[in-house]
Amino acid sequence: MTTTADPDQAAIPAVSFDTDPSSYRHWTLELDGEVAYLRLDVDESGGIVPGYELKMNSYDLGVDIELYDATQRLRFEHPEVRAVVVTSAKDRNFCAGANIRMLAQSSHPWKVNFCKFTNETRNGIEDATEHSGQTYLAAVNGTAAGGGYELALACEEILLIDDNSSAVSLPEVPLLGVLPGTGGLTRVVDKRRVRKDRADVFATRSEGVRGKQAVEWKLVDEVIPKRVWDETVRERAAAAAARSTRPAGAQGIPLPPLQREETEQGIRYRHVEARFDRPLGVVEITVHGPEGDLPDTVERVHALGADFWPLAMTRELDDLVLRLRANELELGTWVIRTKGEVEDALAFERVIVEHSRGDWLVNEIRHYFKRVLKRLDVTSRSLIALIEPGSCFAGALLELALACDRQYMLEGLLEEDAQEGEPAQIVLSDSNFGAFPMSNGLSRLGSRFYGDDDHVAKLHQETGRRIEAAEAMELGLVTDAPDDIDWEDEIRIMLEERASLSPDALTGMEANHRFVGPETMESRIFSRLTAWQNWIFVRPNASGPDGALRRYGTGRKADFDRKRV
Amino acid sequence: MSIDYSEKIPNNVDLAGDRKLQRALESWQPNFLTWWKTMGPAVPTEDVYLRTAVAVGREGWAHFDHVAMEEYRWGVFLAERNADRRIAFGEQKGQPVWQQVPGEYRADLQRLIVIQGDTEPASVEQQRRLGETAPSLYDLRNLFQVNVEEGRHLWAMVYLLHAYFGRNGREEAEALLQRNSGDLDSPRILGAFNEETPDWLSFFMFTYFTDRDGKYQLGTLKESAFDPLSRTCEFMLKEEAHHMFVGTTGVDRVVARSAELMREHDTEDIAPHGGIPLDVIQKYINFHYSVSLDLFGSEQSTNAANYFTAGLKGRWQEERRKDDHVLTEDAARIELVRDGELTTDEVPALLALNNDLRTEYVSDCQSGLKRWNRVLEQGGIDARLYLPHVGFNRDVGLFSDHHITPKGDLVGPDVWEANRDRWLPTEADKTHVRSLMRPVYEPGRIAGWIAPPSHGINDKPFEYEYVHFP
Repeated sequence: MTTTADPDQAAIPAVSFDTDPSSYRHWTLELDGEVAYLRLDVDESGGIVPGYELKMNSYDLGVDIELYDATQRLRFEHPEVRAVVVTSAKDRNFCAGANIRMLAQSSHPWKVNFCKFTNETRNGIEDATEHSGQTYLAAVNGTAAGGGYELALACEEILLIDDNSSAVSLPEVPLLGVLPGTGGLTRVVDKRRVRKDRADVFATRSEGVRGKQAVEWKLVDEVIPKRVWDETVRERAAAAAARSTRPAGAQGIPLPPLQREETEQGIRYRHVEARFDRPLGVVEITVHGPEGDLPDTVERVHALGADFWPLAMTRELDDLVLRLRANELELGTWVIRTKGEVEDALAFERVIVEHSRGDWLVNEIRHYFKRVLKRLDVTSRSLIALIEPGSCFAGALLELALACDRQYMLEGLLEEDAQEGEPAQIVLSDSNFGAFPMSNGLSRLGSRFYGDDDHVAKLHQETGRRIEAAEAMELGLVTDAPDDIDWEDEIRIMLEERASLSPDALTGMEANHRFVGPETMESRIFSRLTAWQNWIFVRPNASGPDGALRRYGTGRKADFDRKRV
Repeated sequence: MSIDYSEKIPNNVDLAGDRKLQRALESWQPNFLTWWKTMGPAVPTEDVYLRTAVAVGREGWAHFDHVAMEEYRWGVFLAERNADRRIAFGEQKGQPVWQQVPGEYRADLQRLIVIQGDTEPASVEQQRRLGETAPSLYDLRNLFQVNVEEGRHLWAMVYLLHAYFGRNGREEAEALLQRNSGDLDSPRILGAFNEETPDWLSFFMFTYFTDRDGKYQLGTLKESAFDPLSRTCEFMLKEEAHHMFVGTTGVDRVVARSAELMREHDTEDIAPHGGIPLDVIQKYINFHYSVSLDLFGSEQSTNAANYFTAGLKGRWQEERRKDDHVLTEDAARIELVRDGELTTDEVPALLALNNDLRTEYVSDCQSGLKRWNRVLEQGGIDARLYLPHVGFNRDVGLFSDHHITPKGDLVGPDVWEANRDRWLPTEADKTHVRSLMRPVYEPGRIAGWIAPPSHGINDKPFEYEYVHFP
């Protein structure tokens, strides 16, 4: 493939997110007691799709899928790890960032999905540092350019080797005409507190900054001479580990491969299923509530491990979201249902609430579900919750509905099941008031009723009670509550109407409505940096035949349209 | 398919088998009856000789009998379904028609149906007091026939809203009864339907010109890819034909009587002799024709183009037209004013669909003029009636900023003002016409300003007692 071909005409390859350390091609995970070493050693010929070589430790989606897998396994399988050192196995080269030829040959959706996923993984790294007592350190033992430096920025500490040649840099603007879109621009000023004029100089200087100046500008925390590099890194890691709150002697739980059945019509896991309606552009997702006995002790939770319903369901949902986002671009509306007993869902949730402070595993599960909900929040699909009889949108599972753009709840019963069963119910629990914050730092209820704290407080008094459609409507928890006369038509017409709207306008509209109120670094990365990046990606100055991205490496200069927009 | 009158709501849509729809319509029915009692005909009657639909097919679909009006069996009647029907125009031409509302077009279809539906009860409201001055029992009966059928057309639109548009549709159906003609707070949607019909000449003009606009609008909806709408409108068109008949023959009879009086008294000024002078009739034509032209909307319309392309609304007799029915490559000429002159311009055919429909309407209106002029000719009168220029007295579209005389001359505001009373009914004209409006309720008798009809209803004589009073 040449860089002159139009990338948006190429077929989008199917992506799988399955991997484990024994099959990593680009990373090695070395465990040394409390400290783990993640060494980037990219296999040049190991691109996830053909057409480019991953030179100079540059990465593509495949490399990042392994990184994501490693961060997840460190949290669940290796509770003994208190500090993680991200470094390079290559000489004088930490990481050159996202592979440029890969970007140049990729379609727009592929670039956007790739950036979203890498952003989520880096946010996850920060989440592990903050909530799991697994502090990430970047041991930058060679040049870190672009996405390479952005990976370091996601770590709590950045150590740079002082060899008079290794530099950190964000060369995207001067060399490629795009942004350091994996949090780079945001974290430099927001997390590292680099002054904005220096950040401006830094982000337009392709060779970057090294040595003492890098420390002075706060781009790194410390520069370390080559001869004491290894031992200093070890010391810093040990110090970080010592600050950790992780329990001693904890036993990890293995994360076995997911059981997944894929057909033309959908994807089915043990607790989650997705059915495709291609003519309508809809995926019908059903999350099945817990079945079987409730584990009565935390020991039992550990014994169940990956089979413990909340973890098993969350892993499946995570995988489904990633697959649908990457592989099913034309299924623009996700209809989300749950199925199960409200009581069971609440009982399982109580185990989580009870132990999430005291038990590392339960704590990890809570944060994992939080991250998957955040994935939903930034998913560029219309999300519609259908709350029907037999559903179990209660407590934590209710967050699934609240993450949706609209919620429809059936009032009463449909004619055919009018003889038996109970009407649809939802239940609020403490979990809906802050256990699963969005990237803006608010709960989904807090976002929904932004500026109306009284109403949120009123809702807090309604916890634990079964709320039926009419009351849910009154409390503002659902968009509409049609009865059996209207249900079928309303839902059909709503879905068809949605399918007829511009996908781009919907993406923009939904993202604007989902995130209200305060900004956080995380929300800024998605709302500001990503939005600008995606705009730049479609502009001819970047991705046109004469744009900087496509001209890179051809020996020819980009031909810019000079108009500022 | 025959109509089931054993049901609470007569229908040929198997209402009994659709519990949801039945519930929706049955809860709307009492509100409709309340509306009919408060906003329907003001003259109390015992019963009226009315036509009721009994089947929708070609063979004898009507049944005549004396009926107490509030017991009239309004119902839901659709023309027979053609299982092979395909979309005849637009970008989905050739595909099977839709039996359900596609979500993509929900809003547009609902809007079209609501606007059509709003006009039906509006005319009943406008004509509410006319019964008090009917020139004969025959005419009174015709008025009520028109009224009950407008009421049924409301049912037809409400059926569509209830059956296909969910809760939103039901709310719109409710609102059709809440808006009222001429109501300051909650008027009918289209301006022409907020004017009271003050006298019988206006009524005949309204049924001739304004109901004819309705006929053409129904004709475009009959082409719709949304099959239930198409079938509904097809049957409504059959009923609409009677309204046209009332208008056409009504004006016939006024013209005939005026000619008679002119001859009898050998003068054009027949007002002192209890007749309506021809120039007043002409002014009424000018007025009703021009306000009805406004109902076709702007000559150039992107809405109309979008409706056509989407398959929602076709052209008049779409399937008989000899073109590609897609029109993306075609052009049309429209008349307009440029640089102080009336001229024509070529525009994309898709944008000129309102103009296309209006053109069909205008040539249909001409046939009435021919008829009335024949009456004059037979009456030995040399004067002739005519349709004014399409640009005359317009408030909507390309001519609305200009003054154009009935003959089609572009004039300035001063000329317009100076001649306005020659072209449009004056207060004096209206007062005179109103002064003639005295009820004649005795069987076989008729008011002096109008000739009796040549035939009665359903082979009954003119003298038949079409209406019984309590």
